[in-house]
Amino acid sequence: MSRDLQETEKQPLLKVRNLSKIYGSSCKSCLELTGPDMESNICPRCGSVVACGNISFNVYPGEIIGIVGESGSGKSTLIKSLYFDETPTSGEVYLQCFENGETNLLSISSQKKRWVRNHLMGIVYQNPYLGLKMDFSCGGNIAEKLLAADWYHVGKIRKRAKELLSKVEIPLERMDDLPRTFSGGMQQRVQISKALANNPPLLLLDEVTTGLDVSVQAQILDLIRQIQREFGITMIVVSHDFAVIRMLTDRTLVMKNGRVVESGLTDQVMEDPQHPYTQLLINSMI
Amino acid sequence: MSVILQVENLGKVFIMHHFNQKKIIGCRSVNFSVHEGEFVGITGKSGAGKSTVLKCIYRTYLPTNGRILFQSKLFGKIDLARSAEQDIISIRHHEMGYVSQFLNVLPRVTALNVVAEALMEMGCDNERAVFQAKTMLRYFQIPENLWDAYPNTFSGGEKLRLNLARAMIKRPRLLLLDEPTASLDNQSKGPVKEMILELKRSGTSMIGIFHDIEFMKDVVDTSYTMNQGYLKEGIVA
Amino acid sequence: MRGIYNYGFIDENTKKEIRRKLLKAVAIPGYQVPFGSRELPIARGWGTGGLQITLSIIGPEDTIKVIDQGCDDSVNACNLRDFIVTTTGVKSTTDTLEASIIQTRHRIPEEKMRADQILVLQVPYPETLRWVEPSEQETRRMHAEKDYSKLWVFLYEEIVRWGEITLSYRYPVMVNGRYAMDPSPIPRWDVPKLHQAETLFLFGAGREKRIYAIPPYTDVVPLQFEDYYFQVENFKGKFCKFCGSTDSYLDEVYDRETGERYFACSDTSFCMKRRKQSSGIPVKIGRRWYE
Repeated sequence: MSRDLQETEKQPLLKVRNLSKIYGSSCKSCLELTGPDMESNICPRCGSVVACGNISFNVYPGEIIGIVGESGSGKSTLIKSLYFDETPTSGEVYLQCFENGETNLLSISSQKKRWVRNHLMGIVYQNPYLGLKMDFSCGGNIAEKLLAADWYHVGKIRKRAKELLSKVEIPLERMDDLPRTFSGGMQQRVQISKALANNPPLLLLDEVTTGLDVSVQAQILDLIRQIQREFGITMIVVSHDFAVIRMLTDRTLVMKNGRVVESGLTDQVMEDPQHPYTQLLINSMI
Repeated sequence: MSVILQVENLGKVFIMHHFNQKKIIGCRSVNFSVHEGEFVGITGKSGAGKSTVLKCIYRTYLPTNGRILFQSKLFGKIDLARSAEQDIISIRHHEMGYVSQFLNVLPRVTALNVVAEALMEMGCDNERAVFQAKTMLRYFQIPENLWDAYPNTFSGGEKLRLNLARAMIKRPRLLLLDEPTASLDNQSKGPVKEMILELKRSGTSMIGIFHDIEFMKDVVDTSYTMNQGYLKEGIVA
Repeated sequence: MRGIYNYGFIDENTKKEIRRKLLKAVAIPGYQVPFGSRELPIARGWGTGGLQITLSIIGPEDTIKVIDQGCDDSVNACNLRDFIVTTTGVKSTTDTLEASIIQTRHRIPEEKMRADQILVLQVPYPETLRWVEPSEQETRRMHAEKDYSKLWVFLYEEIVRWGEITLSYRYPVMVNGRYAMDPSPIPRWDVPKLHQAETLFLFGAGREKRIYAIPPYTDVVPLQFEDYYFQVENFKGKFCKFCGSTDSYLDEVYDRETGERYFACSDTSFCMKRRKQSSGIPVKIGRRWYE
C-alpha cells in the first residue's frame, strides 16, 4: 500500500507534534499499552487514562480539516488542548502567525497563552454555556472578544457586533438581550459570531451542530462554509457525524482511543478507507 | 502534442478488514497516456474497473501500486499516487476536474452559487464569478428560474448538467468524466458535446467513461476498454 | 501614653512588615499586596489601613495632616489626628503645603503635592474587579493574567445602557499599563491627579488587608474608550458659596433650616486659604494639579 506520500512545500499554519494528554499518575508504558489496537484508553499498569497519545498533524492555511471519532476518541480533548482549556502532558504546538512558528505554544506563560487565544484563535463549543457569558448581553459577548483583542472604541465595537450578528442571522433588536433567552440554534450562532469577532486566523469548532434541529444544522453549516470562503479562515472541525465532515472539510483525521488511525483527503477517507476502524465507521453510516 | 498524464502499471486492491481481509481487485496493470487536448474514452461492463481508474487519478482512491504522472503547471511533473494531500487539493482546485453522475452539494446552496463558488475557489472575485456562472448555466440550458433554487430538487439531467457546468467553468487542464451523459436525453447531449469539443480546442485533456458509443465516437480520440480490471485498446459496448 | 506604647503605637515588627509590603507595592505599581492588618483602638472600616501605613512611615520630623472627604474638622479626621499626634508627638497642620504626610479619606487635596510629601489614602474596597467578579481566587487570576475583559465589558454595557459610564467614585484605572486598580472612593475629579504626579501615593485597606501604591511619575490612565473618554464632574455655573472658587471640587449642601441649596469647596483648608487671601491676609496657596 503506497502510504508514504511526499511532503508538500506549503507551510503549515498549525503544527502539532506528539501531543499527549494523560489523566492520572502516568508511567513509561502508558502509551505502549493503550490505543486502538488494545481498544483501550486505560493503562493496565498504572490505571491512568490516555485521552490523547502522541498526536501529530499539520493544518495548512485556508483549509478546513476534520477530526472525526466516536466518544472517547480524544478529539474534544485535542481541541481543548489547542485552546489551552486543558494542559497537555507533553507535546509541542506551533502557530505560524505567532513568533514565526518557532515557539512552542505549550511552553509559554499563561499571559501569553491568553494573548494567543484572544488574538489568534476562536472556538465554538458544543455547549453554548461554555462559549458565552450568559450574564452579558449578546452584543456584550462579542464586545468581550473584541475588547480582549484590544478594540477600545464603542462605536466600532457596536458596528462590528451588528455586522457579525446579521451575518449569522440574529435579529439586531436582540443584540442587547441575554443569550440565556435564545434558542439553542441562536446561541450557537452567537457563539460563532463571537468566535469570528477578532478575525482569528484559526477557528476551532467542537461538535457545533450536534443536538441541533436539522434545519438549524444546515443553516449553521452553510454559514461556516460561507465564512470560510469570505475570510479564508483556517478551521478545525470536530464531529462524530461524517455528513458534516463530508460537507465542510478537505482533509480528515480519524481518531480512536486517543490516536489518529487514519488521515487523508476527506473523499478518500470516506470512499476508500484504509484502516479497519475507518471502514467500520463508514460501513455504519446510515 | 505533449503528454499530460501517464498512467504506469496502476493497480488498486481493496482490503475489506471486516470480511476476513477479503481482497477486491479494482484494476490491475493499467497503462495508458493522455496527450494535451486529447479525449481518451474508456468503455467496459459494469464493475470492470473504469470508475476505479478515474478515482485513482483523482485520488479519491489510494492506488495500491503504480504511478500516475501528471504534468502539472503548479508542481511540474508529479506522481499523483504519491503526492502530498495539500498538493492534490491545489491541483483539484486549479487543474483537474471530476464529473460524476451524482451531484453532491451542500444543502442551501443555490445552483448559481454552486457554479460561482467553483470559480471563486480559484481566486476569482464574486462579481466576475457570478457573471461567468450565469453564462455557463445558460449554455447548459439550465432555466433561469432554477438559478436561485436548491439543486437537490432538480431532475437527474439537470443535476448532471449542473455538475458539468461546475467542473467545466474552471477550464481544467485535465477533466475526468464518469458517465457524463447517463441521464441526458438526446437533445441535452448536444450542448455537452459542443462544450467538450470546445474544451478540447482550448487544450483541455479529458478521460471519459461512456456507455453511449454513438456519443463517444464524435468526441473521443483514443479508446480503451476494461475487463476484469485490465485495460486494453479498442471499444467494447 | 507614649511611655506605655511603642512610638506610633504599633510595634516595630509590624512596622517592619508594613514597610516591606510598601516597598513591594511601590516596586509593582497598582498591585495589591496582602498584609497582616493589626488590631487598633479604631474599628475596622474607619481608616485602619491608612492609619497603619501612616504609623509605619512617620518619624519625629514629620508634620501630619488628616482629612476626611476634604475636611480637617470632621470627627473622624480629628480622632485620627489626635491619635497620631499622641502616639508620635509630631506636629500637625491643616495646611496642605506644610504637611509631610497627609492621610486622607476619599479625596485628594486641591493644592498640588510635592515630591517630598506622601499621600496616604484610606481604602474600603481595594479590588476593582469586584464590580464584576465576586470570587477572590478568580480576581487574583485575572490580575495575574492581565485578563480584564470582564471589567471592560461591564463598562461597555454601561455605555450601551445609559449612554455613559455611571461610576462616580472608585473609577477603575490602569496603572503603568499593567494592573487595573481601584483608586479608592475619590471622585472622578481627583483621578487625573494620580497620573505622572511628583508625589508618592500609598493606599491601605485595613479591613481587606491589602496595601498598594503608585510611585511618582507613573502612568495612571482611567479605563476609557476611544469614543467615550473619561470625564470629570461638570461644575459649570456653580461656585463655592464661601470663597467663590469655580475650579475646585464642590459639595452640594442643603441647609435644612433655611431650605437653601448651595455649593461649597470640599477641601476646607483650600477654601479657607482663598477666603483669607480675598480679605487681604497674606497666605500661600499651592499650585493646582493641572497646570
